[in-house]
Amino acid sequence: MSTGITRPEEEEETESQAVGAARAAGESAYGQARMNETEIDAANEASQRRARRAVEDADHTVELKVFRYDPEVPEKEKPRFDSFTVPFAKGMTVLDALMWARDHYDSSLTFRHSCRQAVCGSDALFVDGKQRLGCKTQVADLADDGVPGEVRIEPLPHAEVVKDLVVDMEHFYDQMESVEPYFQDEDTPDGLNEQRQSRENREKIKMSTRCIWCGACMSSCNIAAGDNEYLGPAAINKAYRFAMDEREGEDLTEHRLNIIEQEHGVWRCQTQFSCTEVCPKDIPLTEHIQALKREAVKKNLKFW
Amino acid sequence: MTNNATMHEHDVIVVGGGGAGLRAAIAAEEEGADVAIVTKLHPVRSHTGAAEGGINAALRDGDDPTDHAYDTMKGSDYLGDAPAIETLCETSPEETIQLEHWGMPFSREEDGRVSQRPFGGLSFPRTTYAGAETGHHLLHTMYEQVVKRGVTVYDEFYVMDLAVTDHPDPEERECHGCIAYNIKSGDLVGFEADGVILATGGDGQAFDHTTNAVANTGDGLAMAYRAGVPVEDPEFVQFHPTTLPSTGVLISEGVRGEGGILYNSEGERFLFERGYANNDGELASRDVVARAELTEVNEGRGVNDEYVDLDMRHLGEERIVDRLENILHLAEDFEGVDGLEEPMPVKPGQHYHMGGIETDENGETCVSGLYAAGECACVSVHGSNRLGGNALPELIVFGARAGYDAAGRDLGEARIDTGPSARSETETDLDTPVSPGALDGAEPDAVADGGALATDAEAVVEDALERQRERVETLLERDGINHAEIRSDLQDAMTQFVNVFREKEGLQQALEAIRDCRERYQNVAVADPSRTFNTDLLHTIETRNLIDVAETITLGALARDEFRGAHWRKEHQERKDDEWLKHTMVSWNGGDPDIFYTDVILEGEEKTYEPKVRSY
Ligand SMILES: Cc1cc2nc3c(=O)[nH]c(=O)nc-3n(C[C@H](O)[C@H](O)[C@H](O)COP(=O)(O)OP(=O)(O)OC[C@H]3O[C@@H](n4cnc5c(N)ncnc54)[C@H](O)[C@@H]3O)c2cc1C
Ligand code: SF4
Ligand code: FES
Repeated sequence: MSTGITRPEEEEETESQAVGAARAAGESAYGQARMNETEIDAANEASQRRARRAVEDADHTVELKVFRYDPEVPEKEKPRFDSFTVPFAKGMTVLDALMWARDHYDSSLTFRHSCRQAVCGSDALFVDGKQRLGCKTQVADLADDGVPGEVRIEPLPHAEVVKDLVVDMEHFYDQMESVEPYFQDEDTPDGLNEQRQSRENREKIKMSTRCIWCGACMSSCNIAAGDNEYLGPAAINKAYRFAMDEREGEDLTEHRLNIIEQEHGVWRCQTQFSCTEVCPKDIPLTEHIQALKREAVKKNLKFW
Repeated sequence: MTNNATMHEHDVIVVGGGGAGLRAAIAAEEEGADVAIVTKLHPVRSHTGAAEGGINAALRDGDDPTDHAYDTMKGSDYLGDAPAIETLCETSPEETIQLEHWGMPFSREEDGRVSQRPFGGLSFPRTTYAGAETGHHLLHTMYEQVVKRGVTVYDEFYVMDLAVTDHPDPEERECHGCIAYNIKSGDLVGFEADGVILATGGDGQAFDHTTNAVANTGDGLAMAYRAGVPVEDPEFVQFHPTTLPSTGVLISEGVRGEGGILYNSEGERFLFERGYANNDGELASRDVVARAELTEVNEGRGVNDEYVDLDMRHLGEERIVDRLENILHLAEDFEGVDGLEEPMPVKPGQHYHMGGIETDENGETCVSGLYAAGECACVSVHGSNRLGGNALPELIVFGARAGYDAAGRDLGEARIDTGPSARSETETDLDTPVSPGALDGAEPDAVADGGALATDAEAVVEDALERQRERVETLLERDGINHAEIRSDLQDAMTQFVNVFREKEGLQQALEAIRDCRERYQNVAVADPSRTFNTDLLHTIETRNLIDVAETITLGALARDEFRGAHWRKEHQERKDDEWLKHTMVSWNGGDPDIFYTDVILEGEEKTYEPKVRSY
């Protein structure tokens, strides 16, 4: 197991960091830690010992090979893989394993996560060569025999890496928001009356409304990789969700079809199904894209 | 400078982009304010997305907001305030229909109207739902409206502290903004605003086992507390009886509703066989089932000494797949268990914090310009026990009110008094083994350490910015220990001593453990030297907030020697209305916590609610 990142040497400190340190040591009320150096070292060693013991005592361990990169830290400027040995327990997810490694070996190991239950969409990762949510992936399922061995964890491909497993999501968000993903009908009933919607129509949009904005689909898509302006499966699915919702009037549906028919819209999709395969919410993305293509054709025929 | 300190100005700043924050921002925007959301997670990643069950709203013939209010007051075990409860129940219908008008995909009846279902403690099936993913749809629908309105969102900005004047009396203080850390760039940013609304959600991470997200660290509660706002009824924490042992993921009450059975390691259906709930069995109320499960484990009848088994196999594959499909996925994905083939392991887990930042029914705290809404707040609608389906309406009703009020709409004078001046009584003889609050000579907190009184808004924000800059520099530069073990020890102590079973000695031990964590925290440092996406730094700061949160919970729990709602005391297993029909307030008081009490308001608009025995 490799150890994590060590603090840059004193002489490598940038000038501004040194200034900051001086200020902190000077007037700052935050001051120095209360333990002395020897005590701090002893405490940190004791933590490491506890981690080692947990590994030794475990019936099984899993070996994480994790992608590391940080443009600001000299040792991490060049991308590399670190390995972490983590005690395995039944029910352990890839996210659990990552958190264990971070909390016991290297607190600089960086990844997004929050809900731990596949609803927040924070932790789409490239695990053993496939886009998956870390929290929804059982470590045991990654091995044929249920006994975990090695797990390779990388950031989502086709996205800019910010640090370690964190990628820049801005482009994904821009695409999502470009399809006007909001209800626009101003003509809603008065008072406590809801708009009526048939069960069939609700059923039709149901799967499309489950998207958690994780970006797995976009990362798996070859077309999106080659055409940065392509809306991508998630944004088109979002457009589907609104275009198919009977509560918005027909004029709006037409407006929405125009949006997805643009140059970098639905017609780019070559039905490779990679998005559908990786979607953690089982959304039939390719089907939805095809359905929009059909609607667009219908609309165009009407106006001929 | 290492930190490119920048300043932004808006009329209103909303801290948090969950259900409460989004609704507040939309309201402020409707009112014509320049509003921005500052949030550590992108809004759609907020934990509101995890809510399953639904939104309580009296929408139908035969139902009435007054019935909803009555149910809520009873559920609160008479510790909710009538003005807050009545506002909730009267406004929830229009707010719920507003969501529908914004396109929220509710489940539908044959006639195309939104579906409602029965829920525990409700006298009418008024829980309005969208599949088993109501929270997800509520969150996304409101975020869509935020996009539509072009509200500025600073996402992945971690708010570190509030910018509050340092008047000695909290009620004279003014909030002029907040300080945030741009997670991606490492820059510190000052936000100057006339109104700041805290909507930072729950604090389940104070416990070892919780249905809450990793990001639910009580940041807003801790910041408001240190700025002088009392934390109201902190001891009231809801524990859910059926959560998965390895992650805390919630297994809905629906499983028991459909006929799922709980067994101990001896194969006994213990709720009946051991006499915990001879009538209702598995369907007894959440607190009863949770206590029964833990008793079994403590007495050696737990499975693997840790949990009990929830078995639904006898329901048959067809019925399970039809009605509980989602549960099969959860058990499989998060516990590696096939619910069709084997029982599912479950144990109680922290679920919801009834207590929180004290506000009036307009969302305002005793510090002028500072508001709170959602789970971080305590306006008090839930009192000592929250009914399922009452948190989501709280987000939209009180989120909107805080947004309107902060943006200048006149909502009328609040009936709930806030701040230390609302005190009816002071706690004077609490037997604490260690003194809680700040350590001697500790780091300065939200309120400045005796410098000149800055009242000019910009100066207040700049001072606060400078303090946070120093804090970050110090944590990054000094040598020290990592926060993770401190956090985990804190969580263990809370789960051991401040869980569903509470007794004096244990609570005192918890206070000692919390004190120990506070002392060790003096030595933390951030090992990651990077300015880019430094989650080590953020988690370290969160841990400090958790220490304060845990301490308020434990102080309140030690003070209240009665059994009410979710708070159970071994030595005092009855509700004591003569003595305890009052709110607990824990105030930071410059680092020397002041515990006092205020009256519960049981007088509603038209009637007064009389405390009755809470039985179902
Ligand atoms: C599993 C589960 C199921 C539930 N089911 C139901 C149900 O069926 N019905 C019901 O009524 N209630 C339910 N609840 C309760 C309800 O969902 C929550 O109480 C509610 O969603 C909390 O919403 P919120 O807006 O207050 O907070 P959250 O949605 O948690 O949002 C908090 C926001 O604050 C931000 N934030 C936090 N700290 C900072 C900081 N320092 N700086 C900047 N931003 C910050 C976060 O980024 C986030 O955007 C459930 C809860 C859970 C956990
Ligand atoms: S469509 Fe599926 S894969 Fe794509 S962002 Fe949404 S949830 Fe993720
Ligand atoms: S942590 Fe939220 S989706 Fe995985």
